[in-house]
Amino acid sequence: MLAQLITSFIASVGFGIIFNAPRRSLLQCGIAGMLGWMVYVLLYTHIDPIAATLIATFIVGGISQIFARIYKTPIIIFSVAGVIPLVPGGLAYNSMRNFVENDYAAATALAAQAAMLSGSIALGLVLSEVFNQMIRRAAR
Amino acid sequence: MEQPSTFSRAINEIMDTCMLAGQIMLQSGAETYRVEDTMTRIAVASGMPGAHSYVTPTAIMFSTTGAESARLVRIDERTTDLHKIAQVNDISRRISSGELTATEAYTLLKVIEAGPQEYTPWMKMIAAALASGCFTIMFQGSWYDFLPSVIAGFFGYTTMLYLHKWVQVKFFAELSAAFCIGLLASIFTEFHIGRELDKIIIGSVMPLVPGLLITNAIRDLMAGHLVSGISKGADALLTAFAIGAGVAIILTFM
Repeated sequence: MLAQLITSFIASVGFGIIFNAPRRSLLQCGIAGMLGWMVYVLLYTHIDPIAATLIATFIVGGISQIFARIYKTPIIIFSVAGVIPLVPGGLAYNSMRNFVENDYAAATALAAQAAMLSGSIALGLVLSEVFNQMIRRAAR
Repeated sequence: MEQPSTFSRAINEIMDTCMLAGQIMLQSGAETYRVEDTMTRIAVASGMPGAHSYVTPTAIMFSTTGAESARLVRIDERTTDLHKIAQVNDISRRISSGELTATEAYTLLKVIEAGPQEYTPWMKMIAAALASGCFTIMFQGSWYDFLPSVIAGFFGYTTMLYLHKWVQVKFFAELSAAFCIGLLASIFTEFHIGRELDKIIIGSVMPLVPGLLITNAIRDLMAGHLVSGISKGADALLTAFAIGAGVAIILTFM
């Protein structure tokens, strides 16, 4: 678990550097990525990976909103780095491997699953945005 | 020849500032709705409430209700530079709060435009290498495969970075980078330096994933910018396909 925390932190910071994120926001990128991945790792053994991804992205989105508010920077700086660990790279790879091996039935099943996971990442981001707007309106 | 009045010169300066701000943001990979929002904010803060901007991933159109003609800028090259987006965002904030005038902002924007990237290519390559190793561990790979992923990720990302500059064909850099990663990973497993081919490839391919495009596509669609959202989504999909194809070439010969 500790290894997962450290690696997800480094991976998110690495992505921050690849995307030229401002130096002073790298730490926050790492925290967003680490928390999202931690939620995912804790949940996906108990519930469906799609629901786990949805909740994890929702939390990444929420943290990014808070960071964006505090540091007065565009939200994508944090949400991009935070969401990256949740991208279903492994599934997409396995799906493609099956396509190459002419096992189309397995390949399409995996591809559909990868598409569903990507969709849940999108939905998670949308939901956290909606939630944020609701809070902002209620506070006004 | 009639001299342009001071009034129209002032409007022209404001328009210049808006266009430059929009151009830097779009070239740095900002969401299109944010570009439009920033441009209209600057215009309103400078006393042009009727300004309209229409932004797609490849062009910016901007017009005011005055007698000035509308402007159009074509954007050919887009990179990912979150630092510049944050800087322009900061300037637009300062214009809105009345701290800066449009003319002062223009000089500052010129400095930002010419400014270097936040990190040197070397730092990015090392970051990509470390991230690759970490992703292998995150996807339940063994520590035994950490170092092979770091090396494959390093060379994969370097290939992409430099091919982007040399070859003008889109998606070719990603394809070659993925090919390079697959090749290295299969060499490593062949000589028993790495254990699981799959984990090494998945980990090292991650830095090539078009993460920003995907998030931006979603955020643009959410904001109702259907044209931009869909074209960015198509861009992301094609990039992912290129990566997949590059790895697939290796897998066919395994």
